[in-house]
Amino acid sequence: MELFEYSQAASTEAAVKSGSATGARFIAGGTTLVDLMKLGVETPQRVVDVNSLAGKVPGIDTVDVTPEGGLRIGALVRNADLAHHQTVASHYAVLSQALLSGASAQLRNMATTGGNLLQRTRCVYFRDTAFPCNKREPGSGCPAIGGVNRMMAILGTSDQCIATNPSDMNVALTALEATIHIQGAKGERAVPIHEFFLLPGTTPHKENVLEPGELITFVTLAKPAAGTRSVYLKLRDRASYEFALSSAAVVAQVEGKRLKNVRIAMGGVGTRPWRMVEAEHVLEGHEVEDGNLRKAAEAALRAAKPQSENGFKVELAKRCLVHAVKQLVELA
Amino acid sequence: MAGVAETAMESVIGKPVPRVDGPLKVSGTARYTSDHNLEGMLYAVPVCATIAKGRIRSLNVAAAESVRGVKAVYHRENIGKVFRTAPAMGFSLMSDERRPPFEDDVIRYWGQYVAVVVAETFQQAQAGAAAVQVSYDAEPHDVSTELALPAGESLREESKRGDVAAAFASAPVKIDATYVTPAETHNPIELHASVAAWDGQSFTLYETSQAVWNQREVLAQMLGVPLDNVRVISRFLGSGFGGKLWPWPHSVLAAVAARKLNRPVKLVVSRRMMFQNVGHRPLTQQRVRVSAKADGTLLSLDHEALNHTAILDDFSEGCGEATGYLYSVPNVRIASALVRRNVGSATAMRGPGAVPGLYATESAMDELAVALKMDPVALRLKNEPKLDESLGLPFSSRHMVECLQVGAEKFGWARRTPQVGSMKADGKTLGWGVAVASWIAARFDCEAKVELRADGSARVACGTQDVGTGTYTVLAQVVADKAGVPLDRVEVVLGDTTLPPGPISGGSMVTSSMIPAVGDATRQAIETVLLAATSSKTGPFAGKKRGEVEFANGRVQLKGDASSGVGFGEVLAAQNLSVATGSGKSGATFGAKPTVSQHSFGAQFVEVTWQPEIARLRVSRVVTVIDAGRVLNLRAGRNQIEGAVMMGVGMAMFEQTEYDHKTGATINNSLADYLMTTHADAPSVDVTFLDYPDLTLNEYGARGIGEIGLAGVAPAITAAVYHATGVRVRRLPIRIEDLLANQKLA
Repeated sequence: MELFEYSQAASTEAAVKSGSATGARFIAGGTTLVDLMKLGVETPQRVVDVNSLAGKVPGIDTVDVTPEGGLRIGALVRNADLAHHQTVASHYAVLSQALLSGASAQLRNMATTGGNLLQRTRCVYFRDTAFPCNKREPGSGCPAIGGVNRMMAILGTSDQCIATNPSDMNVALTALEATIHIQGAKGERAVPIHEFFLLPGTTPHKENVLEPGELITFVTLAKPAAGTRSVYLKLRDRASYEFALSSAAVVAQVEGKRLKNVRIAMGGVGTRPWRMVEAEHVLEGHEVEDGNLRKAAEAALRAAKPQSENGFKVELAKRCLVHAVKQLVELA
Repeated sequence: MAGVAETAMESVIGKPVPRVDGPLKVSGTARYTSDHNLEGMLYAVPVCATIAKGRIRSLNVAAAESVRGVKAVYHRENIGKVFRTAPAMGFSLMSDERRPPFEDDVIRYWGQYVAVVVAETFQQAQAGAAAVQVSYDAEPHDVSTELALPAGESLREESKRGDVAAAFASAPVKIDATYVTPAETHNPIELHASVAAWDGQSFTLYETSQAVWNQREVLAQMLGVPLDNVRVISRFLGSGFGGKLWPWPHSVLAAVAARKLNRPVKLVVSRRMMFQNVGHRPLTQQRVRVSAKADGTLLSLDHEALNHTAILDDFSEGCGEATGYLYSVPNVRIASALVRRNVGSATAMRGPGAVPGLYATESAMDELAVALKMDPVALRLKNEPKLDESLGLPFSSRHMVECLQVGAEKFGWARRTPQVGSMKADGKTLGWGVAVASWIAARFDCEAKVELRADGSARVACGTQDVGTGTYTVLAQVVADKAGVPLDRVEVVLGDTTLPPGPISGGSMVTSSMIPAVGDATRQAIETVLLAATSSKTGPFAGKKRGEVEFANGRVQLKGDASSGVGFGEVLAAQNLSVATGSGKSGATFGAKPTVSQHSFGAQFVEVTWQPEIARLRVSRVVTVIDAGRVLNLRAGRNQIEGAVMMGVGMAMFEQTEYDHKTGATINNSLADYLMTTHADAPSVDVTFLDYPDLTLNEYGARGIGEIGLAGVAPAITAAVYHATGVRVRRLPIRIEDLLANQKLA
């Protein structure tokens, strides 16, 4: 780990100001940043601790019901606290389940909502500075293409980067159509989650729309419509402490076997949390049965482009989607 | 007093005694190697090669030397003389990477040390290591996981009886299959570490060593100092699994730096380096040809094993270890060869040889059972040998049949329906599989000293180690049993070359090795107590002859008269003696010409659950029955077997060191990316010890239980997977993609 300057933010504005400096990074739970600093992947000159905003910025470390009946989640709310929050567990089950399927209890106790939105990929080449990586050093190359890539993405990849977005929470938030609230030098802005993450394209180092110094302050969720159910299904090699090979977050109003306002997002397969709009169209307003489920799964993965070692993910993701929807309507 | 003396103390042997070192460990006060912080200590961080084959073209240390706190950067030009070890006679001077660090500028594997940076703090040493600039002339490397016999080389025959080729050719039922086990990395929680101190003449080396005496011999020779001038200490180990048996180059680097700088040096190997610089279980590729008559009688067994090995070191995994004696079969051939790869040196990992070997041969047996349409338990029972046919010697104590029968009964095997996918429970498909296990039993040389002290306590000292398996506790139990001292009054001292030479913590042989030496030492100390009692001018035994007194339950008494007993502490104190000492020494059977076949046996029964709709495979239940002689400590013993079963689940389902083929790097080099069994993956495990003492080995009849629990688990799991899915996995680990390949959407 290299030497860096450390400061605690006194206010959101001060945080944004310090965070705008060259080589600055915010730190909250530190579960990604400190890990990557130890590996030499992140070498910030300045680390701005935003944990100090708790108590100074109302709601930044709490979960509150909004006047509209939705939920406002502070960026400093820990993953464990969010997962076990009563309203989250009962009305946004997909989020609770996704959080609890991720990492370990110790990590969940530290990791925050804002930090998890920015979780970096687990690509083994990204994490080892002995290798080139376009995400780390634009233009240096991507050894994952043709390398050890079983865990890599099959959707949204480019010839520059095939790294998977590893977060489970982001998948649930995508299905819940969360809004990300951001404080910047020019004030606040709100970004729908489907516009927050960027595809790697030719700029894999740019993973989201945040400008230097911009700080995530809140995440808001709309009030679930009556009869809404949600579920998160995560498939992986072992039963715990592993990133998804494929995961599915499904949110819908369920009437018997019929789905309305169905929203599906998948993890472990995309370079960002992947919304399955075509699959949603197949299922929307229909009764769930094996035929349209399979059709939805085919539609979801139509654009899949597997790498040398992860062709199986296409079929696995299809089964994941099918089974998650079945779980939602209690057919499985 | 009389009443107490009449009650014979209950023996602690065979009891589920808690660990005597448990409180130290759970309170964080047990000092492991890297917990040693010496006055004026510096920190060393190695620099690792970033090619797998080639030469160092240039090495620029200027930037590293200018990093604040950096005291020195050592590399080939300035490390000075580091020696090789002399050719060894027998089982000594063991090491798997024999090349001294920095001996030449040739790189033979990714991560090979090319320099070491020493600094005032760990962070400064890390920053210094990152600042060393190395350029290489790379050459094409080979880390291929497809092994083939090198051109011009042939397999070496290790064992042969009958004519396997002829028998196989004419056999009515036969299996010819090749099985692959991947390179596996030892991942004990405790990282390898060295803390080296030099006093101008002698080294004190705190090491993560499963064999302090060997470590001392090797380090003394490599450092060029007399044996007496090296002391190696390894008090507690956060396990090793064989990876810490023999010295690795980092120990030499720490010692050299300490001598050059005249300050203690700590070097902790990082988790990433654990994947490249301190050994691994090598990749094996095994072809098994087995044949039988239609009734299941085995006709031939041909076992050919290749394993990869480093460019400079000849590490043979020894896959055929159990092949020759497991079954009655007239025609057997065991042959092997090494295939060189640009990988770090391989080394022993829990159950070397037998564990990957049994994965292959027991898988072939399961395939044979399927081909014969025969129950796999029945097939094994049918071929139970009457003697060890590879040696032509009787078994000292073999209860394989009982292992299978007890296991089958406990597991409910009779309810198994053989058809693939035919068993269901809770909406899941069940698979049931079985395999047998075996592991060598033997003794190493061992010496021990025992003290019986005037305060009624005892002390036992032996230069062996406790890998975390319970050696402290078991030694205390033996002395407590022999000397009638309460367990909590026995002090055990291990892991130091100032103590009497003890056995390596390897091969599951510490317990069997130390029993005779510790027993003799205790008896000698007791004899001294009796001599003191009878030679006294006063007291109840004054003037008695040796034959008139005896020692029972920690007391000296007149023969047959418990009421006359006096505690040994009182006897000693009465004569102003502080202590009565005894020493014991016992010889090795390991490596000697056998007169009887000594092995442990076991049977593993496994249930897996399979959900094709989400391609989810889990091991749900394991019944393991172990015939390992007498088990001295049921709690530690159960813990060994349960832990080994978890490791077996990992071997079958998760563990695999992955080499990036473009660079040769071990790429999944973290605890997140190298998958091992988590608690959430743990099946329910039912452990049964048959507990037949094997008195050919020592007076308690204890063999060893560190490794046998892992043997047979992986093939039982793959057999269960076949039973559930119809997919025969011949290349570990079993992966979702293997199972998906053959499944329709449910």
